[in-house]
Amino acid sequence: MKLNLHIWRQKSPNDAGKIVKYEANDISPDMSFLEMLDVLNEQLIEKGEAPIEYDHDCREGICGMCSMVINGVAHGPEKETTTCQLHMRKFKDGDTIYIEPFRAKAFPVVKDLVVDRSAFDRIIQAGGFISANTGNAPDANAIPVSKVIADQAFDAATCIGCGACVAACKNASAMLFVSAKINQFRDLPQGQPERYSRAKSMVEQMDAEGFGACGNQNECEAVCPKGIKVSNISNMIQDYTKSVLATDN
Amino acid sequence: MNWVVSFAKSSIGAKIIMGVTGAALVGFILAHMLGNLQVFLGPDALNQYAKNLKDLGGLLWLARGGLIAVAILHIASGIRLAKLNRDARPVAYAHKATVKASFASRYMGLSGLVVLAFLVYHLLHFTLGVTHPDQHSMVDNMQRHDVYSMVILGFRDPAVALSYIIAICLLGLHLNHGASSLFQSLGLKHSKYNDFIAKIGPLVAIIVVVGNISMPIAVLCRWVGAEIGG
Amino acid sequence: MDLTSHEPTGEISERWDKHRFDMKLVNPANKRKYRVIMVGSGLAGGAGAATMAELGYDVECFCIQDTPRRAHSIAAQGGINAAKNYQNDGDSVYRLFYDTVKGGDFRARESNVYRLAQVSVNIIDQCVAQGVPFARDYGGYLTNRSFGGAQVSRTFYARGQTGQQLLLGAYGALSRQIKAGKVNMHTREEMLELVLVNGQARGIITRNLVTGKLSAWAADAVVLGTGGYGNVFYLSTNAMGSNVTAPFRAYRKGAGFANPCYTQIHPTCIPVSGDHQSKLTLMSESLRNDGRVWVPKTSGDTRRPRDIPETDRDYYLERRYPAFGNLVPRDVASRAAKHECDEGRGVGPGGRGVFLDFADSINRLGKDQVEQRYGNLFQMYERITDDDPYETPMRIYPAVHYTMGGLWVDYNLQSTIPGLHVVGEANFSDHGANRLGASALMQGLADGYFIIPYTIGNYFAHNATPALSTDAPEFKQAMQECENRQKKFLEINGKRTVDSFHRELGKTMWENCGMARNATGLKKGIEHIQGLRAEFWENVKVPGSGAELNSELEMAGRVADFLEFGEVMCRDALNREESCGGHFREEHQTTEGEALRDDENFCYGSVWEYKGYGETPALHKEELHFDYVKLATRSYK
Ligand SMILES: Cc1cc2nc3c(=O)[nH]c(=O)nc-3n(C[C@H](O)[C@H](O)[C@H](O)COP(=O)(O)OP(=O)(O)OC[C@H]3O[C@@H](n4cnc5c(N)ncnc54)[C@H](O)[C@@H]3O)c2cc1C
Ligand code: HEM
Ligand code: HEM
Ligand code: SF4
Ligand code: F3S
Ligand code: FES
Repeated sequence: MKLNLHIWRQKSPNDAGKIVKYEANDISPDMSFLEMLDVLNEQLIEKGEAPIEYDHDCREGICGMCSMVINGVAHGPEKETTTCQLHMRKFKDGDTIYIEPFRAKAFPVVKDLVVDRSAFDRIIQAGGFISANTGNAPDANAIPVSKVIADQAFDAATCIGCGACVAACKNASAMLFVSAKINQFRDLPQGQPERYSRAKSMVEQMDAEGFGACGNQNECEAVCPKGIKVSNISNMIQDYTKSVLATDN
Repeated sequence: MNWVVSFAKSSIGAKIIMGVTGAALVGFILAHMLGNLQVFLGPDALNQYAKNLKDLGGLLWLARGGLIAVAILHIASGIRLAKLNRDARPVAYAHKATVKASFASRYMGLSGLVVLAFLVYHLLHFTLGVTHPDQHSMVDNMQRHDVYSMVILGFRDPAVALSYIIAICLLGLHLNHGASSLFQSLGLKHSKYNDFIAKIGPLVAIIVVVGNISMPIAVLCRWVGAEIGG
Repeated sequence: MDLTSHEPTGEISERWDKHRFDMKLVNPANKRKYRVIMVGSGLAGGAGAATMAELGYDVECFCIQDTPRRAHSIAAQGGINAAKNYQNDGDSVYRLFYDTVKGGDFRARESNVYRLAQVSVNIIDQCVAQGVPFARDYGGYLTNRSFGGAQVSRTFYARGQTGQQLLLGAYGALSRQIKAGKVNMHTREEMLELVLVNGQARGIITRNLVTGKLSAWAADAVVLGTGGYGNVFYLSTNAMGSNVTAPFRAYRKGAGFANPCYTQIHPTCIPVSGDHQSKLTLMSESLRNDGRVWVPKTSGDTRRPRDIPETDRDYYLERRYPAFGNLVPRDVASRAAKHECDEGRGVGPGGRGVFLDFADSINRLGKDQVEQRYGNLFQMYERITDDDPYETPMRIYPAVHYTMGGLWVDYNLQSTIPGLHVVGEANFSDHGANRLGASALMQGLADGYFIIPYTIGNYFAHNATPALSTDAPEFKQAMQECENRQKKFLEINGKRTVDSFHRELGKTMWENCGMARNATGLKKGIEHIQGLRAEFWENVKVPGSGAELNSELEMAGRVADFLEFGEVMCRDALNREESCGGHFREEHQTTEGEALRDDENFCYGSVWEYKGYGETPALHKEELHFDYVKLATRSYK
C-alpha cells in the first residue's frame, strides 16, 4: 500500500509546529499502525532526517501509552482499539491520513506526537486510591462483595489512562477518566470511607489542571479503547455534589 | 458560604447549574406554549388568559423575577463554560471528525445564542411593545389587552413569522440535546432508564417545535385570525 | 564473589518469621533520615516504593514511562497465585512451595520459594483492601481458576487483566505517598549508571528522557525493580521499552548476574507475520484449557484447516503426553511446537505455527459459552490476524516471554554489591529454571510489599552510610562516563539504524540461544554477537542531539547493553551442559526428546562476574540443596 501522511511535527514544547507531508510506500496491510510509522522512521533516519517521536510501549492495547489522533479520531477508526492495535488493513491504498497529537491545554505537546499527560497522575494522587497501608488488610474474603458491584468496579477499573477521552472531547474534558476511577471504588465496601472526599479532591484537581467541562456529548465514550461508559460521569456528579453540599468534607 | 462559590465555580457545579436552569426553562417554555396555544381557541380565551396572568400581580412579578434569574444564570454560566471549554483546547485539530457526538450537542452555544437573540426581539415585540407599538397598544371590547390581535397581526408579517420559525427550530435543536442531557448533568442516569432519558430530548424538541411554529404558520395561512382585517 | 545466601536455618516454615525477628530494626524516627532510590515502578518497584514510604523512608522513585501506571506489569493477563485454599481443594503454602520448586526444575533456593508461598496469602488480602476487583462468585467471595498445569485452583484473576489491576493498586498506593511527599516520583527518567562509594551502592546517574539532562542522585541504598530483559531477542511479548540496562550497569559495577540463560518461551503467542513485526502478542495460556493443538500429519498440506479430516491431523501434545495433554507446562509445549515446525509440519506463512482449535469446545459448550470465556482474546486475535477463531483454528507459535535470570540476590534480596537490592523480574530468585504461570506477579508483589521493606531496614541497621553529596568524585566520574558514552553514540554517524542492530541481535539470540540450544550454535552466536557489537560501535546512526527527547538515543544505549549482555547469556547457556526448565540443550535429551537434567554436576545457580569490556566473565556457583522437595525428574507423560 501507498499512503499520504500528514503528520504533526513540533520540535519542542515552545516550537509552533506544523503539519508535514510524507509518503509511505510498501506498507503491508498486516502491519500495525505503529509498525507503519516505524518503517517511515527507519527511512527518515537513513535519509538523515529526524524521526517522528511518538509514545508507545506495550503495543498490545493495555499500557495506555500510545496516543494519536488519526484523521480526527483519537486512536483512529476502529472501535474500542488503541492506536497500537490498529492495523493497516483498515486503510486503503492511496489513503490520506492525518496524524496529530492528543490536543488539550492540560496535555502540552512535548515533541511531535508526544504529549505530557502528567495531569492524570496528579488527579490520581489527589485521591484516586484506597488508603490502605501494607499490612492493614483483613482476610480477603472477610468482606463479601456482591458480584454485580465487583463487576461494575471492574468495568470502571479497566481504564488505561490513555487520555483519548480528553483528546476526543470537544471541550477537552477529563470527566470520563476521572469518573472511571471514582466509580471503581464508589460502591466497593473498601472504598466507602473515602468515597466523598475522594470525589471532591479528584474533581478539584481535575479543574485545576485546566480540562474543559463536560457537555454530555459522548464522544469520549465513542473513542474509549476500553468502552468506559459516560454513566460513570453521572455517578461522579452525584458523589461530588453530595460531598460539597451534604457532607463535612 | 465559601463552598457555594467554589461549588458554582467547579466544572460539576456549572453542570448542575446548567441542568437546573435548563430544566426550569424547559418548564417555562412548555407552560408558555400551552398558554399561547389558546390562540386557536379564539380571542376571548387568549385575552382572558393574559388578563388572568396579569391579575396575579405580585405573584407574576415573583415568577418573572425567578425566570429572569434563571435565564441569566443559564446564559451566564453557558457563556462561562463556552469560554472555559474553548480555552481547554488552545490548538485545534487540523483534521476534524466526529464519531458519536450529535450535531445538536456540538452547537449548544450557538443555538442558545440564537434563542437569546430571538428572546430579546420577542420581548421587544410582545412584552414591551417596542418594535410594533401599534399592535401592542390595542385593547379588546372587554378592555383587556388584545393579545390575540397582537399575535395575529405580528405573525401576518412573513418576515416576523419566518424569524420566529427559524428561532424556534434552533430552540428545538437546543432542547433536542438539552432536555436529555440535563439528566446526566444532574447525575440522574441509570442503566434502567437511560434509553428513556435519551428519548426525552427529541420528544421535548418535537413538542416545542410543532407546538410553537404551529402558531405563526396558522396565522400566515389564515387558519386562525382570518377575521382580523389588514 | 561472596555468594552467601544469608538464609536462616531451621524448619523451613519458621525461617521467615525467625529471620524477621533476628533482623535489626530502624527506629521509626530515624527512618526518614534514610533515602532509598527505587528504580522501577512496576509491581515490584511500585509496591516497594510505596511500602517503604509508608514505613517512613524517604524514597526517590524512577521510571522510563510517562507515568508509573504504564510499567510492563500492566500487561499480565492470566492471574496471580496464592495459597489461600479458598476452594478447599487441598492447597496449602507447602503445596505452592512444592509446585514452584518442582516447576522451576530444582534450580531455585528453597528458603526463598517457601517465603514466597507464605506471603502470597497476604498479597491477596492487601490487594483486595486496595480495591483490586478480583473475580468473585455470586456469593460475593473470591473465585479462582487453575492455571498453568496446577492441580489446584489457586489463581486469582481479574478477567484477562490481572496485571493491570494489581499494578493500578500499587500505583494507587504509590500515588498516595507521592501526594504525601514521601516519594519523589521521577517519570521519563532513565537510570544509566550505578554509583558505588566505598564499595556500597550509593546512587545512580539518570537521563531525563524529555530534556536530555543527566542528573546524579545520592542515597543510602539503591533498589532495582526494572523488570525483565526478554527484548534482547528483539521480538518478545515484552513492552518495547523493557531493557537490561539497569541490571547490566550494576553487573558492570560488580553485581553478580545469575542464570542469564534461563528464558521462558511462552507457547501460545500470535506467530510472526512479516519482517516489519515489532513485537509478539501473547494469547493467554488459559486458551489451552479448551483449545486442542494440532498440525497436519504430512508436511506441505495446504488444504484449509477445516478441510483436513481428523485422520490427517496430529494432536501431538495429546499423543505425546496423554496425562497432561494440551496442558503440559510452557517449556514442554513450546519445544513440542518447535519440533513439529522443524519437521516441516508447521502451518501458516513461513511454516512457523501450529493450530489451536476450538471447534470441539464450540460443539461441546456452544459458541456462547466459548465467547464468554475467551471473547476478548478471540477479538484481539482477529484484530491482529484478520482471522475469525470461531470459524478457523487459531495459529500460535512460542515466543520469548519471561526471563528467570537476573541479578543474583541473597535471602535479603541484596545483590553482591552491598546496598544494592533487586526486586521483581530483575532478580533471579524464586523461579529457578522455569517460572510457573501466575507466579511472577506474586513474586513482584511479595518482594515489593512484604520483603524489601523489612530487609532494607536490616541493611541500614547493620551498615553505616555516611552522609554523601552528589559532588563526590564518584558521581562526577560516573556523570562524565555517561556523557562520553552518549556523545559517542551521536558521533559515530554510521549507516545502520539502532533498530537494525537490535533486529539482527534478536535473530541470532533466537536461533542460537532460544528454545533449543547446542554448543555449536551457541559458539556461533557468541562470535556473531561480538562481530555485531564491533560493527555497532562503528556503524550505528543515531540522529538528533542529546539535549532533547530522542528515542533513537535511548534505544542506542539499551541495544548497546543488549549487545554485551547477549553474549553473557550465550556463555551461560554454553556452560550449562544439561537441559532444565526453559534451558534445553539438544545434546542433553532422552531418546524421546525429553529434557535431561544433570543434578550431579549442575545443581547450582550460575553467577557471572564482569571482567571488563570484551573479556570473558568469570563463573561463580551457588550450590543448591534440596532438603524438603526431593530432586526428581519432571514427567508429564
Ligand atoms: C504479556 C505478559 C503477560 C504476563 N502474564 C503474567 C501472568 O498472567 N501472571 C504472572 O504472574 N506473570 C505474568 N507475566 C510476567 C509479569 O507480568 C512480570 O514478570 C512482572 O510484572 C514484572 O514486574 P516488575 O515489577 O519486576 O517489572 P516491570 O513491571 O516490567 O517494571 C519495570 C519498571 O522499571 C522501570 N525501568 C526499567 N528500566 C529502567 C531504567 N533503566 N531506568 C529507570 N527505570 C527503568 C520501568 O519504567 C518500569 O517502571 C506476564 C508478562 C508479560 C510480558
Ligand atoms: C430560553 C431558552 C433556553 C432553554 C429552554 C435552554 C435549555 C437548556 C437545557 C435543558 C440545557 C441542557 C443542560 C444540561 O445539559 O445540563 C441547556 C444547555 C445549554 N444552554 Fe440552554 N437553554 C435556553 C437558552 C439558552 C441560551 C439563551 C443560551 C445562550 C448562551 C443557552 C446556552 C446553553 C448552553 C451553552 C448549554 C450547554 C451546557 C453544557 O454543555 O453544559 N441556552 N440549555
Ligand atoms: C410562537 C410562539 C410564541 C408566541 C405566540 C409567544 C407569545 C408571547 C406573548 C404574547 C407574550 C407576551 C405576554 C404578555 O405580555 O402578556 C410572550 C412573552 C414572553 N415570551 Fe413568548 N411567545 C412565543 C414563543 C416564545 C418562545 C419560544 C420563548 C422562549 C425562548 C418565549 C419567551 C417569552 C418570554 C420570556 C416572555 C415574557 C414573559 C413575561 O413577560 O412574563 N416565547 N410571548
Ligand atoms: S476513560 Fe477510556 S479514553 Fe479515557 S483514559 Fe480511560 S481508557 Fe482512555
Ligand atoms: S465527549 Fe466531552 S462533553 Fe462530556 S460526555 Fe464526553 S466528556
Ligand atoms: S502501546 Fe500500550 S496501549 Fe498502545
